[in-house]
Amino acid sequence: MPKAKARTKAKTKSALPRPLSPYGLPLPGVDTGSLSGKLIVIEGPDAVGRSTQIARLRQWLEQEGHAVLDTGMARSALAGKGISRAKDGNTLGPVTMTLYYVTDLADRLENEIIPALRAGFIVLTDRYIFSIMARAIARGEDPAWIEKVCGFGLVPHSIYYLRAKVKDLVSRVVLGRGAFDYWESGMDCHFGDDMYESFVKYQTRLILTLDGMARRYNFIDIDARQTPDAIFQELQRGIVSLELGKVNGTPPSGKAAR
Amino acid sequence: MDSLFTPNRYRGKLIVVEGIDGSGKSTQLSLLSRWLRSRGFAVAFSEWNSSPLVHATTRRGKKKEMFTPTTFSLIHATDFADRTERYILPLMRAGAIVCADRYAYTAFARDVARGVDPKWVRNLYSFAIRPHLAFYFRTPLEVALGRILGGRDALKYYEAGMDLGISRDVEESFRTFQGRILAEYEAMTEEMGFHVIDATQSIEDQQRQMRSIVMSELGSTLKRSVLRAPPQDIAAPPRTQAKHA
Repeated sequence: MPKAKARTKAKTKSALPRPLSPYGLPLPGVDTGSLSGKLIVIEGPDAVGRSTQIARLRQWLEQEGHAVLDTGMARSALAGKGISRAKDGNTLGPVTMTLYYVTDLADRLENEIIPALRAGFIVLTDRYIFSIMARAIARGEDPAWIEKVCGFGLVPHSIYYLRAKVKDLVSRVVLGRGAFDYWESGMDCHFGDDMYESFVKYQTRLILTLDGMARRYNFIDIDARQTPDAIFQELQRGIVSLELGKVNGTPPSGKAAR
Repeated sequence: MDSLFTPNRYRGKLIVVEGIDGSGKSTQLSLLSRWLRSRGFAVAFSEWNSSPLVHATTRRGKKKEMFTPTTFSLIHATDFADRTERYILPLMRAGAIVCADRYAYTAFARDVARGVDPKWVRNLYSFAIRPHLAFYFRTPLEVALGRILGGRDALKYYEAGMDLGISRDVEESFRTFQGRILAEYEAMTEEMGFHVIDATQSIEDQQRQMRSIVMSELGSTLKRSVLRAPPQDIAAPPRTQAKHA
């Protein structure tokens, strides 16, 4: 498996932090000492097909006997409603939006993700700190600032990055939903005169920013132009290599899980 | 210090007050803003934790006791960001004097007293506009407690630091928590360049000192750059009658 090899190499080269340790300063008062679950992140731009894949992964993993928590942006008990209400209005500034999403993520980490990891769950998360950072950076915020703010994020076991080009996203939006979304088009920052132009410019910036994070954060690249089945199989292969069967306390045998 | 915040290059002026609960800072700021207004200056007011966009979330989190030190810190920063982007920044650009009742320093004191890392919370607020003047109302704990405990019927959960499990007794928890906040304020006084006002003095004495600091620090630039109302006839009748049109 070439991907696994590439990862080992990257690890020895840049000494990446261990999975489930924080990237920066830890969450105060939160014990992350004995987490036995796995944290799997699906990243990628808007309309790339992340949620379809997560739904299929969940079904598959549960059939295999694994407990799964799936979570994603703006789903926290604390801030989820507030974010959608704020997005309905017309006064949500870029820093405010960024910090609202960080609040949402922190609430889910402390109250859902970490408890699930402690209980040995597989956590599938539809986007993570990377999208929050990319959106902030695409809107002109200081990368060093948002990186430190998001430093409490735990290092995932794998980050799958569904990579696409802007023209792929445009056709997915137009053929799928049939309309451009105000926020996905970055209209709050008015990148272009109309939603299409703004979408293209904003998503180009987002993709560039995510591409720039890929190496540093050890993203595993998946070509999102493949069929959904092909993408799913690629994700499955990657997840199998995490040796999930041994999560629940079985001592590791010498052999790989497959 | 200076590099902590976003440089302030606006026409307007930003004046902030800080101190523990019961230090009298709100009273003093209100008197100061009335004085500035009476001199014709455009004055705006911004209170801690008052963004309409974030308010419902904060209230919900407090009511249901959902906050951790991190989310408590983040939601207040979100609130602050909204007030900065939507209110403080545009008004400063327009040339108003913005008076802020608590500023980022409140987070530096409170959140750190809750266990949040001082460097993390300072970075979190680095988008804040640097104030022209920051007053710190220094109050011994017992004096502040006497004002608070005498005046209000119930101490609130997070205000008293009940989330930290210091004590089951609200008053005792409040005392300990406010003591920690006070220590944080004292520790940052020099770093932040606070103008320290002894809040045990009479209200009039404190106000006199505030006004003289405003004049000596900002006096010459106030008239040059701040937005002012055109001179008015003092004897003019109240304008409320015109409102019914």
